[in-house]
Amino acid sequence: MNSDIIKMTATELAAKIKSKELSSVEVTKAFLGRIKEVDPKIKAYVSVCEDYALKQAQQSDDKIAKGENVGVLEGVPIAIKDNILIKDIRMTASSKILENYIAPYDATVITKLKDAGAVFVGKANLDEFAMGSSTENSAFFTTRNPWNTEHIPGGSSGGSASAVGAMTAPLALGTDTGGSIRQPASCCGIVGVKPTYGRVSRFGAVAFASSLDQIGPMSKTVEDSALLLNVIAGHDTKDSTSINIDVPNYLSTIKDGVKGLKIGLPKEYFIDGLDADVKASLDKSIEVYKNLGAEFVEISLPHTDYAVAVYYIICCSEASANLARYDGVRYGFRADCNNLLDEYQKSRGQGFGAEVKRRIMLGTYALSAGYYDALYGKSQKVRTLIKQDFEKAFEKVDIILTPSAPTPAFKIGEKSSDPLQMYLSDIFTISCNLAAIPGMSLPCGFSQKGIPIGMQLLAKPFDEQTMFKTAYAYEQATAWHKEFPKI
Amino acid sequence: MNNKYEVIIGLEVHSQIKTKTKIFCNCSTDFHSQPNTNICPVCTGQPGVLPVLNKHAVELIVRTGLALDCTINKKSVFARKQYFYPDLPKNYQISQYELPFCEHGKINITVDGKTKSIGITRIHLEEDAGKLIHDIGSRQLDYSLADYNRTGVPLMEIVSEPDMRSPQEAAAYLESLKNLIEYVEASDCNMEEGKFRCDANISIRPFGQKEFGTKAELKNMNSISGVQEALSYEVERQIEIVESGGRVIQETRTWDPNEKVTKSMRSKENAHDYRYFPDPDLVPVNLDDEFIDNIKKNIPELPEARKARLINDLGLSEYDTNIIISDKALADYYETALNTANKGAKEPAAAAKTVANWIITELLGKLNNSKLTIKESPISPENIGKLVILISKGTISGKIAKTIFEDMFKDNKDPEVIVKEKGLVQISDAGEIVKVCQEAIDENAKIVADYKSGKKSAIGALVGAVMKKSKGKANPQMVNKTLTELLNK
Repeated sequence: MNSDIIKMTATELAAKIKSKELSSVEVTKAFLGRIKEVDPKIKAYVSVCEDYALKQAQQSDDKIAKGENVGVLEGVPIAIKDNILIKDIRMTASSKILENYIAPYDATVITKLKDAGAVFVGKANLDEFAMGSSTENSAFFTTRNPWNTEHIPGGSSGGSASAVGAMTAPLALGTDTGGSIRQPASCCGIVGVKPTYGRVSRFGAVAFASSLDQIGPMSKTVEDSALLLNVIAGHDTKDSTSINIDVPNYLSTIKDGVKGLKIGLPKEYFIDGLDADVKASLDKSIEVYKNLGAEFVEISLPHTDYAVAVYYIICCSEASANLARYDGVRYGFRADCNNLLDEYQKSRGQGFGAEVKRRIMLGTYALSAGYYDALYGKSQKVRTLIKQDFEKAFEKVDIILTPSAPTPAFKIGEKSSDPLQMYLSDIFTISCNLAAIPGMSLPCGFSQKGIPIGMQLLAKPFDEQTMFKTAYAYEQATAWHKEFPKI
Repeated sequence: MNNKYEVIIGLEVHSQIKTKTKIFCNCSTDFHSQPNTNICPVCTGQPGVLPVLNKHAVELIVRTGLALDCTINKKSVFARKQYFYPDLPKNYQISQYELPFCEHGKINITVDGKTKSIGITRIHLEEDAGKLIHDIGSRQLDYSLADYNRTGVPLMEIVSEPDMRSPQEAAAYLESLKNLIEYVEASDCNMEEGKFRCDANISIRPFGQKEFGTKAELKNMNSISGVQEALSYEVERQIEIVESGGRVIQETRTWDPNEKVTKSMRSKENAHDYRYFPDPDLVPVNLDDEFIDNIKKNIPELPEARKARLINDLGLSEYDTNIIISDKALADYYETALNTANKGAKEPAAAAKTVANWIITELLGKLNNSKLTIKESPISPENIGKLVILISKGTISGKIAKTIFEDMFKDNKDPEVIVKEKGLVQISDAGEIVKVCQEAIDENAKIVADYKSGKKSAIGALVGAVMKKSKGKANPQMVNKTLTELLNK
């Protein structure tokens, strides 16, 4: 029975719990059991919230028993990336500097999930402060890819992706600043969605790069991600950058199909150096879409080459300010110290890992007097050009299809000594954040070594509906979402 | 003191904006709360929090900008000003750099009777920092305490052009600015509570030279007189350096109010690089015409308009008016008192002048002696109004009024009550007065003789005698008249 439960989608679980075919406690226990069984190998969780989750599950069951109104995720377990705050639960951002930080409030997405009845089974590992593409930058441990534990799960939402991939949770929340939902989703063979910037409130997600960060759903199926986005999307008065426009029901149009849909293939993304397995999977996927009645159009996004450079200047600049608050004065790790300067230097020096410090220094430099115009100022201008590339492209096409990552998940340690190589893992996902458009990754095959491969769909701002229906049509025509890792 | 060098002064004023809640969260701005009680995750910089702009703070800064003849920028942007200090929870301050709310304004000042216009470069909106406490009473702590109640209280920074040419002008500018901000009700401007703070940039140059000299930035002046003292000291210091062949260096200096000197804090080389950049958590603020027009329409009466009204409608002298409007609280006090007085006055114009006299000569003098401000006046304006009614109706004499005023100053007792309790009603009954006057004449034969022999001033002594006999209650005009009549019979 438990092995059935953990393979169910969130949609199925919600229905069965609501109809009392399954109890939430039963479901929650099944996933907690699965965590006990496989997480020692996978290491997806920084914290497992067993007592908290069982209490929530019991409350859901009580509500259902009393015939009260239930939420759309009533009793359904979810893993939360550990840079999102749940009141009274430890929130580390996978950093030593916040190792013992207890969240004093709920993120807006958490409030919405609580209202919808979701059960929080644990806090998922990430690259420290969401800076990285492999979870190797976590201050605590590296999460493993459930398809092959020698490989990375991707990052920074590697814990969330691996948790869903390994069936320790049917749903997860991630955050995506330059691909941190889509790239790990691709690595772990699941669906991951970065909504349009401003679609989901950022209140209560630890800021890495404020103009790029966005919280999004991760799940085994497209439908589950649409369901989860239905719950978390919407304007929030606590986030001035969240946009006050109506949120459609993403499930209502998901089955509309792709007949006559114009799909753009940006020539800058299908480059010579692309991994052969990735290319083969993409080619086959294009055939699937053609058979479904979609049309393909070659498009150009001419400023693609500058995206990585622009991204790292902007995200590091914003991060250098966003991470200044972690100083040991009011909360978090404080080193032994003799005076104020010593306190700052030692607390931050010992509290932050190497990659975080590298990015703080890069950002500090880019914003310094004399360098600002040439670096940060220029980057903002190029960012506008990249955005315009997409605007022009979307005059011709409804959706854009690209690989999610240049290679399938690489081996742990393979790139950790070369930050530049690591930065290129995000080459296909970064532009989406710079342009503030929605994007998602969904499974589209496996490498010859059996590592999942993902494809990315990019849509117009606030047109997640087209993205979901495009993804759903493909998913229903293929069977990748029915594959489970043997762990 | 100096006729070779021209003094150039520009001022930066930080004024707390009077909102109920903080600029980016819903915490109270109450100054008197216990430490760290008006705080929340947002203003203490917890992970994941985001700022949401308080619209009222924007209204008040725009109102101030309009009162200062500024251009209001339709698009305004917040920026992060970065530096590490334990009173700044995020280790950056949300402030403005490019595109502040208000620019290019001006304000008039008057020094030695001459009026001059001082340019306002810009007014921008930002959040205040918290407070660090390094000692408890006289006990020096070997650590510091942080109070974050003030963190996130809205501030406007008003930057002037380098248009002031003397410490006196700087003081006049601060007085005018403070008064204007109080008029538009944008700030309490209480300097003791740190709600109105000032930094000064000052340099000197030989008269005739076009380029500015090297400036020093002065900090830590806690009163307007402190600013003037610090600037005067700094003028002398800079002249002395130049006269002895040295060069003024660009630096930040702090005013020591005990030693009455400025001391070097940091040089230009050690100046902060604040690494300003637009705050990505706050979208640019777009102000439409309707928003600005609405504020324009509802702007409270400004000092110049009030002055014109007091002179033209009430017939007050320019001298009295200047005193009254120089402090909004005083002008409000005056008009409240006058309102009460007018209710019982036969001639409003006369009441306007009488009320002004009582406030300017009697009340302000008493307040000054007791080191109280008009807001702290023990006498309510309504009671001043009632006092004036009692005088104008002839119920009490001016002399009695002064003794009643003394009583009122002790406990704000209603003057009507005092008059009743002490039986101070003026005697205006002609028969009664003739009787007392006759008694006085009968009892002072020598003075009467003096008067009759041509020493007309002797009548004063007789008036005094009458007043003494009537315990001051006899109507002085009637006494005078009756005595003259009786003596000339």
